[in-house]
Amino acid sequence: MYQYNEYDHQMLTERVAQFRDQTSRYLDGKLTETEFLPLRLQNGLYVQRLAPMLRVAIPYGLLSSQQLRKLAFIARHYDKGYGHITTRQNIQFNWPQLEDAPDILAHLAEVEMHAIQTSGNCIRNTTTDQFAGVAVDELEDSRPYCEIIRQWSTFHPEFAYLPRKFKIAVCGTAVDQAATQVHDIGVYLVSGPEQQVGFRILAGGGLGRTPVIGQEIFPFVEKKHLLTALEAILRIYNRQGRRDNKYKARIKILVKEMGIEAFKTKVIEEWQRIKDGPQTLTEKEIERCKSFFIELPYTATQDNPDTLTEALQKEPLFLNWYRRNVKQHKRPGYAIATIALKETGTAPGDVTDVQLEHIADLSDEYSFGEARVSHRQNVVLADVAQEELYALWQQLRNQSLASENLELLTDMICCPGGDFCALANAKSIPIAESIQREFSNHDQLLDIGEITINISGCMNACGHHHVGNIGILGVDKKGEEFYQISLGGSSKNEASLAKVLGPAFAEEEIPFVIRKIIAVYKDNRIDGEKFLGTYQRIGLEPFKDKIYAKAD
Amino acid sequence: MPKLIRNRAVENDLWTVLKEATGPEVLKVVLNKNFIVPIRFWETYKSEIEEYSGQIAIWLDSDEMASDIEAELHNFPLIALNFPVFSDGRSYTNARELRGHLNYQGEIRAIGDVLRDQLFYMSRCGFNTFAIRHDQDPNACIQALSDFSTGYQACTVEAEPLFRRF
Repeated sequence: MYQYNEYDHQMLTERVAQFRDQTSRYLDGKLTETEFLPLRLQNGLYVQRLAPMLRVAIPYGLLSSQQLRKLAFIARHYDKGYGHITTRQNIQFNWPQLEDAPDILAHLAEVEMHAIQTSGNCIRNTTTDQFAGVAVDELEDSRPYCEIIRQWSTFHPEFAYLPRKFKIAVCGTAVDQAATQVHDIGVYLVSGPEQQVGFRILAGGGLGRTPVIGQEIFPFVEKKHLLTALEAILRIYNRQGRRDNKYKARIKILVKEMGIEAFKTKVIEEWQRIKDGPQTLTEKEIERCKSFFIELPYTATQDNPDTLTEALQKEPLFLNWYRRNVKQHKRPGYAIATIALKETGTAPGDVTDVQLEHIADLSDEYSFGEARVSHRQNVVLADVAQEELYALWQQLRNQSLASENLELLTDMICCPGGDFCALANAKSIPIAESIQREFSNHDQLLDIGEITINISGCMNACGHHHVGNIGILGVDKKGEEFYQISLGGSSKNEASLAKVLGPAFAEEEIPFVIRKIIAVYKDNRIDGEKFLGTYQRIGLEPFKDKIYAKAD
Repeated sequence: MPKLIRNRAVENDLWTVLKEATGPEVLKVVLNKNFIVPIRFWETYKSEIEEYSGQIAIWLDSDEMASDIEAELHNFPLIALNFPVFSDGRSYTNARELRGHLNYQGEIRAIGDVLRDQLFYMSRCGFNTFAIRHDQDPNACIQALSDFSTGYQACTVEAEPLFRRF
């Protein structure tokens, strides 16, 4: 993974000192609330319902075991012993004290981590596929380009006070696992006219109040033009994005109001001015960034070793986990193992200090000391030798980390919701738990098959409810919490926005409503068809009819 | 007299910023002054300005574009860019454009809600003088210009991005 050089270290140290000074001025009353607000946000600090929340960046989701141990230390010493993996591949702590934030940032800096630009109206953490570099369907590893974007977007002097937050995702795989099309900018690695790899760049996607799928701005740009292309889009947005209304300030609204063609023309005009300028990437810089993500020292070579086959035969629970949570690795002899943080009774994405340390140990023992987090709030050990999968699973079981529900109904995305978040209209964690309890039988889950349920506690959509096969949105109706259900969303290649089913439901009705939705699917599915396929074929009506049917 | 920061030192500000509503009579009453006038003032009262005894510069608000007055930019010894509120980031882009393809070599001054915690970014975007808000400590502001020793991006202060420099 990327290793900081002296410049990275220096700037990070300077940032910690700067924020320490800003915090002490605020606590001394020399900085007003309003003046401190964007400063603390750009250092990841929200003021939440119960305490400040600190969101720590995990650039493109990649972590070393050393970093995992540091996160465990922070969870233990500054929080109540756990952290929460977010849908943007970050981790957030719900209970730190504001006064401690500079010390926490200093601890993070020791392991090349920070909370820079994890919030606020600036360019946020760049995200990507959690299988980058090991996926079988990859054109090229996206991580070097994520790192290039990370450096360019960090402390960008022109784009620190944008109209609104700005999120970039990069995807290098055939199957899009990074929800690329619902980002402010989505970057795809693609083959160009002469088979050279470059980028296709979309802009104007996003979730929140007005969900929009991004539209193409650059069908193909050469690698060297990546940063100037991004800069051109950001410049037009910074200048012309709306600032009169927070809810209309995202780039998606600008693109909509200007029209895609007019927006594109502006961007291209700007790009022509800066293209080939100093921000043009050099071959040397691309190679330097690639050099941090070279092939690991793999030793195993044989697929399906005897040890694995035998363990799968004798241990049905291991077989369940293997079938769901283990994916094919590009190298023979290796596998990608996902630790689903979706144990019933634990908030989706939550991970304790002890679990973080165990994951650190397991990554050292089985996966070259690295782990990744996914936007679906799970943890990935991406380079496990197949002959060691059984040993890994045994250890995961001892730590309540062997949930075998990856991509099944109970592998939900869920925001922290009204239990923690000051923005939320409704709780979301108890909704997730009530659904998990309703669907507790593994065979039943297998029968239902792959499906995504995404839950947000408010229309800001941190839980990506618009792109869940089933989306659940918490709404407030005269002080009471209700839940609106939508169907048919997807954040993958065939990205689509879910359609609202009908009037909202009370909290206690949700498990039964989901049960009915699943029943309609099962009654209508044609062999092997996933939920989304059936929905797309039969549409919303049969679901509506069943769920809102009057009792006879 | 209001304080101005230039070249990491405090000096007295010899320019007066005229607000939007001011009429041309001011030029008849106050003589031999240096005024920074709104762009519309400058467009409307060109003959009065020509006859004026002192120096005239212009300021752009955050929703006005430097490129709109491209042809005449080089007549001004200084161009001030306003921050109606410190969190309005449009003037950063205006400064970048002035220093970039518009090739403006004169003074670019930050006016309005100019606070120490934004000065470093302003300086990297091409601002070289800072009319800091009255309650700001000038020495702390000078220090803030050195909050970071470098940055990743190409900018006015460092013409090449970090990856081309090492």
